Amino acid sequence: MSKKLGKMLAETISSLFKKPATSSYPFEKREIHKHYNGKVAYIKEKCVGCNMCVRNCPAKAIFITKIADKQFEATLHLDRCIFCSQCVISCKFGALKNTNEFELATGDKSKLVVKL
Amino acid sequence: MSKKVVIPIGPQHPALKEPASFDVTLKGERVADILVKVGYNHRGIEKACEERTFLQSVYLVERVCGICSHSHSTCFIQAIEELANLKIPPRAAYIRSLIGELERIHSHLLWLGVAAHEIGFDTLLMYSWRDREIVMDLLALLTGNRVNYAVNVIGGVRKDVSEEEKDQILKAVDILEERTKYYVQVATEEVTLIERLSKVGYISHEDALKYGAVGPTGRASGIKRDIRKDDPYAAYGEVDFEVITDDHCDVYGRAVVRVKELMQSYSIIRQLLKKLPQGPLSVVAPRLIPAGEAVSRYEAPRGEDIHFVKSNGTDKPERVKLRAPTLANVQSVAKMLEDGYLADVPIVIAAIDPCFSCTDRMIVAVNNVSTAKEDRMDWKTLREFSIDWYKKNRGVDFTKLKKLDK
Amino acid sequence: MILLLLKILVFPGILFLVVLSMIGEYFDRKVYAKMQNRMGPPWFQPVADFIKLLAKELIIPKNADRKIFKALPLVACSSVIIAYLYIPLWRKESIMSFNGDIIFVLYMLTIPTLTYSLAGWYSRSQYALIGSMRVLTQLFSYEVPLFMAVLAPTILASSWSFTEVINFYNAGGSLWLVNFIAFAVAIVTLQGKLEKVPFDIPEAETEIVAGSFTEYTGPLFAYFRLAMNMQTIAGASLVAAVFLPFGYGSFFIFNFIIYIIKVTFIIFLLAVIRTIFARLRTDQMLSFCWKYLAPIALVQILINVIIKAAVLK
Repeated sequence: MSKKLGKMLAETISSLFKKPATSSYPFEKREIHKHYNGKVAYIKEKCVGCNMCVRNCPAKAIFITKIADKQFEATLHLDRCIFCSQCVISCKFGALKNTNEFELATGDKSKLVVKL
Repeated sequence: MSKKVVIPIGPQHPALKEPASFDVTLKGERVADILVKVGYNHRGIEKACEERTFLQSVYLVERVCGICSHSHSTCFIQAIEELANLKIPPRAAYIRSLIGELERIHSHLLWLGVAAHEIGFDTLLMYSWRDREIVMDLLALLTGNRVNYAVNVIGGVRKDVSEEEKDQILKAVDILEERTKYYVQVATEEVTLIERLSKVGYISHEDALKYGAVGPTGRASGIKRDIRKDDPYAAYGEVDFEVITDDHCDVYGRAVVRVKELMQSYSIIRQLLKKLPQGPLSVVAPRLIPAGEAVSRYEAPRGEDIHFVKSNGTDKPERVKLRAPTLANVQSVAKMLEDGYLADVPIVIAAIDPCFSCTDRMIVAVNNVSTAKEDRMDWKTLREFSIDWYKKNRGVDFTKLKKLDK
Repeated sequence: MILLLLKILVFPGILFLVVLSMIGEYFDRKVYAKMQNRMGPPWFQPVADFIKLLAKELIIPKNADRKIFKALPLVACSSVIIAYLYIPLWRKESIMSFNGDIIFVLYMLTIPTLTYSLAGWYSRSQYALIGSMRVLTQLFSYEVPLFMAVLAPTILASSWSFTEVINFYNAGGSLWLVNFIAFAVAIVTLQGKLEKVPFDIPEAETEIVAGSFTEYTGPLFAYFRLAMNMQTIAGASLVAAVFLPFGYGSFFIFNFIIYIIKVTFIIFLLAVIRTIFARLRTDQMLSFCWKYLAPIALVQILINVIIKAAVLK
C-alpha cells in the first residue's frame, strides 16, 4: 500500500465550490415519489366490512366500525401503524389505498387517532 | 501508572450505536481485561411471534434490525416456505436477491461511515453517507420504504421491478461503483487511516475458527465461508461472484473485505438484472402452515443468520429462534482487544459491525435452575409473572396502568 | 489611563476578542462543512450555543472540589485574554508590550491547557481522569516543537520582543520567507494546542465521552468553549505576527483588513487539516511529534543560525 498524506485533499477542496448535498428542511422539501408507503387512504363506498384488514394488521392499528347499514368508517392509530401496507393488500375490494403522506408528527397525542 | 482503573464503555456511550456493556480494566492506556455484557436490547420478539399469525410475524421479524431487515425477513420466510413445501417462482427469487444485494451495499456504506467516525475521520463519514443516500432513494423507489422494505410475502414478493426502474438501478450502480473505487483508494493510501486500522484488533486464523467468527470478520482472517456460495438460496446459485478473503486478520483487513464485497455486489446486481426472468411474482400460500421444524440460513451483511421455525399446524408459530451473526462475532472481541490500547476499543467493536438489536434474543429463567422440570409459559402467564416479580422485588405497582384499549 | 482601560476592555481587547472568536468559530465550522459537501451552521450558531449553555443547569459532582471546579474556566479565559493583549495585531506595538514578550505570550497560552488537565483531575470521574492524563501527554509532545518553531525567526532578529522582530523583518524585505519550514511546523503544533483532529485525543468523543470536560455542564462549559475559541484567535494572531510580519504600516483601516485576512487564512489552514486526517492515537502522536516535528523545527533553527552567522554579520 503506497502511503500518501492527505489523500482526500483534492476532493474536499473541490467540494468547496459545489452545491451542498444537504438541504435546509423544512424550508426546502424534496420530492417524494408517489409509491412511498405513507398514510393509507380509505374509500368508504367500497368497504363491505369484512374486517380482513383488521385481522391481518400486525400492530392492531386499524379498526372498522359500522355506523349504518352497509356504511362503515375506519379509525387508524398513527402511533401503532408500522406503514407496512398489509391492510392495502388484504383488502380484496380496493377500499384502502396508499398515499405518500409521511409528515405525520404532532405534539398532541390525541391527534394520533384519526378517522380515515 | 500501574493502578487498575475500570472504565465502563456502555451501556450508554457515544462510541456505541446500541446499548451493550464493555467493562474495560485499564493499566495506564493498555487494556488488561474486558468484560462483555449484552442483553440491553431484548424486546421479546421471539415470544411475541408466538402470539401472532405467520403473516403478522413476518413484519415483526423484519423489525429485529433496521439495517439488515430484509435478511431476517427472507430467512424467516424461507423457513416457512420449506415447512409449507412452497416453491417460489424464479422472478421472485431474483427480486429477493436484488433487494438483498442493495441492502448489503447500504449496510457496508453505513459501516464505512461509522468506522470512520470512530477514528475521528468525519469527512469519510459524510461522504460515504451521502453516497448511501443514492441506495436509500433507490430502495424507496423500488419498495416504498427506506428501511423495513416489506417486500416479502409467504410464497414470493409483492412488488415488481419495471423496465425504467431497471435503468435507474443500473445508472445508480454505475455512480456507486466509481465512488467505491475512490473509497478503496482512500482506505489503502491515506496514512492516518492505515495507522489507526492496521495491527489493531488482531485475531489469528485459528483463533477466529475457535471463537466462531462469521461474515466479514471471519473472512478477514482467512476463513473462506459464505452462505451464498456454500448453501445457495434465492437466485445466488445462478450468478457468478467471488468470496472475498484477506490475510491481514486485523481491522484493516475487515475494511478491505467489506469494500471489495461492495464491488462484488455491483457485479451481482448487474448479472441479476440482465438475467431477470419473466413470470408471476408469488404463489398462493396457505393460512395454516403444516407442522414441522425448519432451519434456514442467510448471508446477512454481517455474517451468517440462522432462523429456526417450529410449527404445530395452526396459523401461529410455536417457536421461533433467531441467531444473528453479531452473537457469534462478539465472542471474539475480548480476544481481539488483548493487550490493546484504550483508543482501539471503539474501532475494534465497530469493526465487527455490531448490531445488538439482532443479538439480544436469549431468555434466561433464573428462578427454575434448581428444579429440573421444564417450565413453559405462554404470553399471558409471562405478563402476569413479570408484573408480580416487579411488585415483589422492586416495589413497582402496575395496577395504576391504564389498560390498552381500542 | 481611561483610554488604556477602554482599549483593554473593548477594542482591541476583551469584547473585540470575544466577537472575533465567535466569528472565527463560525468560519471554521462553515469551511469544515463545505468541504464535506454539506451546508454548515448559520452565522449566529456560536452565539446561540453560548447563550444556550449559559441557560442550562449547573451540576457539580459530589466528589469534586467545588471551588477549583468553578474557578478553572475563569483562569482559562483570563490567561488567553492576557496573552492576546500582548500580541501586536495591526500596529507594531501591542497595547502593552515589553522586552521578551514572545516568551510571555507562549507561556500564557500554555496555561489553558493546564486548566483543562486540572479540570479533568478535580472532577474525580474515570473518563475525566483519562482525559486529563492525555492532555498532559499531548502537552509534553507538542510544546517543544511549538516553542522551537515560534522562536526560530527570532534568532535572525536577535530579540524576543514582538516589536523588534517585526521591525527587523519589515526592514529586511523578503527575509521572512526563510522561515517557511517553521511556519508549517507552527501550524501543525497549533492544531495540537487547540486539540483538534488529528490531535484531539484528549477530547475524543467516541472513546472517553468528552475527556476532561465530561463533568462540566452549563455555564462553566460555556466559558471553557469560549476559552478554546479565544485560544484559536490568539494562536492564529501569534503565528501571523511572527511569520507574516507585513501590514504594520500607518493606515489603520488597511492594516486592520490585512490582519483579518491573515487570521482568516490561518484558520482556513487549520480547518483543512481538521478535515483530511483521522485522529492519531496517543503513542502515534508522541512518536510523530518527537520523531518528525522536533527534528524539522531543529532544521529550521539550524538554517537560521547559519544564515545569521554567514549573511548578517
